[in-house]
Amino acid sequence: MRSRDVQIAVLAVSLAVSPVLRAQSSAPAPSPVPDAQNPPPPEPSPSPEPPAAPPPTEVPPGAAGAGGPSGPLPVYGPASSKVFNPDMAVIGDFLGAIGKNDSDRATPALEMHETEASFQAIVDPYARADFFLVFAPDEVGVEEGFITFTSLPANFLVKVGKMRGSFGKVNQMHNHVMPWTDRPLVTQNLVGGEEGISDAGVSVSRLFPNEVLFLEATAEVYRGESPELFRAPTRGDLTYVGRLRGYRDLTESTNLDFGGSFAQGHNDVGPPFKTRLWGADLAFRYRPLRRAIYRRLILRTELVWSRKELEAGPVKAFGAYVSGEYQFAQRWFAGVRLDRSDRADDASLQDKGVSALLTYWPSEFSQIRGQYRYTKYAEDIKANELLFQVQFSIGAHGAHTF
Amino acid sequence: MRTRSAVLALGALLAASFPATARAAGPLNVVTTTEDLAAIAREVGGEKIKAESLSRGYQDPHFVEAKPSFVLKLNKADLLIAVGRELEIGWLPPLITQSRNARIQPGGDRYLDASLTARILEIPTGQITRAMGDVHPAGNPHYWLDPENGKRIAKAIEGKLAAITPGDAAYFAQHEEDFEKRVSDGEKRWLAIMAPYKGTKVVTYHRSWPNFAERFGLDVIGYVEPKPGIPPSPSHTLEVIQAMKRQNVKIILVEPYFDTKTPNSIARETGAKVLVMPPSVGGEKEITDYIKLFDYDIKLLVDAIKETGAK
Repeated sequence: MRSRDVQIAVLAVSLAVSPVLRAQSSAPAPSPVPDAQNPPPPEPSPSPEPPAAPPPTEVPPGAAGAGGPSGPLPVYGPASSKVFNPDMAVIGDFLGAIGKNDSDRATPALEMHETEASFQAIVDPYARADFFLVFAPDEVGVEEGFITFTSLPANFLVKVGKMRGSFGKVNQMHNHVMPWTDRPLVTQNLVGGEEGISDAGVSVSRLFPNEVLFLEATAEVYRGESPELFRAPTRGDLTYVGRLRGYRDLTESTNLDFGGSFAQGHNDVGPPFKTRLWGADLAFRYRPLRRAIYRRLILRTELVWSRKELEAGPVKAFGAYVSGEYQFAQRWFAGVRLDRSDRADDASLQDKGVSALLTYWPSEFSQIRGQYRYTKYAEDIKANELLFQVQFSIGAHGAHTF
Repeated sequence: MRTRSAVLALGALLAASFPATARAAGPLNVVTTTEDLAAIAREVGGEKIKAESLSRGYQDPHFVEAKPSFVLKLNKADLLIAVGRELEIGWLPPLITQSRNARIQPGGDRYLDASLTARILEIPTGQITRAMGDVHPAGNPHYWLDPENGKRIAKAIEGKLAAITPGDAAYFAQHEEDFEKRVSDGEKRWLAIMAPYKGTKVVTYHRSWPNFAERFGLDVIGYVEPKPGIPPSPSHTLEVIQAMKRQNVKIILVEPYFDTKTPNSIARETGAKVLVMPPSVGGEKEITDYIKLFDYDIKLLVDAIKETGAK
């Protein structure tokens, strides 16, 4: 029985991959002749003026004297190879902090916290790819870079590459889509901080269509290296993540989004020691359709239970946040967040916090946010801070995730 | 051992999957992004299709939330029809990616961009930047508000449906022809009603009406929004008021999903009338099909022109 499942698994994966391989091996080299397989869409254009074709690219005049080639540059493809360039965007995340924080988690007064460059495009008829490169003050890295196979049978969706793991909600969020300037204490204490569960691996998710609710199950296998959380000294020390997500519209304006998650991997104590995480998340959204650009309310919570094996025995820790955001005008949002989390290594140490937020959107492409945050750290350090953030994005109009 | 459990975990998920049930040979399941497209699809497809729109007619089609329940609808879709011209760029792409429906992926044979054969206005020429607000680089996507484009959309849908079920090609052709004739009759009627008011000057909230204005002879002299997608500002509002007074503009058209506060204050200053005019089927209860959309809007407009004596 089991071995049959494995065979099915192998078969499904090979089926999914084979058309891609075939397509790649048979893909024609870029040729100046219009591709016969992809003729331009038949456009009986009754009268619309399609955007004028860009003039043939010329070598800049200055180049001629330098002995370079002159005249029109070769044009590849029907118009120009530029049309196949991925959608690109750059998002800047500038953070500042005022006030007192004597803990080791204090952030700088002013900081270009992150610059994220994204490149997104359709790979071929079977897949799309998304890359997010991050430039932070002390690191440059691939935050995510994965291919998504969109054309698999039986309601499967497979992602391969480096990804943020599907554990709860906050772990999957990039910094710029978070409703706060920081990540909640539970993320910092139990789910690997800002990086979170973010690793190279394979994600398989399946939709279970039914009349009652949206139901999606996800299973992921990762190399096992998530800074601050999982370590993989040997090949076998993989990280596993599983998630079941449900969603249901209550009315046309309100809905419930809920999920349960699990993650397991080897921790930083030593080879035989593991950390297991269980998570539950719930979000209620209200957004009246007729006033969708002026009003919305989101209430969300996420609870995480951690079991970390140490030399002295396992430590069971718990953490959670509750957050609410309310949009009260086209450009204005107010929010509140309550935080509480044990430390993963010592559950008797508990951090608590409360935040109040105000966000202003000059446009869809920039955002200014202030967050008053009071934190009472386990060591009895109290921090009163005003955090502020300016975010700005240029480039392709990225879709808004739900 | 560990690798085995990993493979088993994947296998378990696969084992939980039952074979995809064969699609029953019923009406084609057509999903559209807007109610206008659903209405036109219904005209062409008749009882051979079931058409459903993701957004509602009283909702701003630029800002629809990518709800997971839409993923379920797209998962079952035999055909997806989109307005295109980047109208849905903020919400449709992730839904399509998650739909697990290979045929409706962009470029797939069950994805129809209804704008490809339509007459598109306001295609920017030259350099465009976001300093111009939320501009649509591929032209104004509100093109369905010209009945001539309605006919072109119908024709495109007919072609697609006939390609999917060639056996019903004659049925679709006949329905399309019938729809085209009713739209043409309607257009004559609407043009006749509007003829005395050709050149009437109006202000609109958003740039939703260029095709409508061109067809029915309205002169849009300004917008309540300073730039597309940018909320009204006091200085711009003042300019609009001055321009309206100078040119004696008495009509302000507002889509049902915008706040009427600024339009109302402009109206108070200028003696103009604020018309909440639905740009889409379903924008009001009685607008149940594409022809009723124009019936409703033309009547609303003409009544207001008569009332205010606008020119």
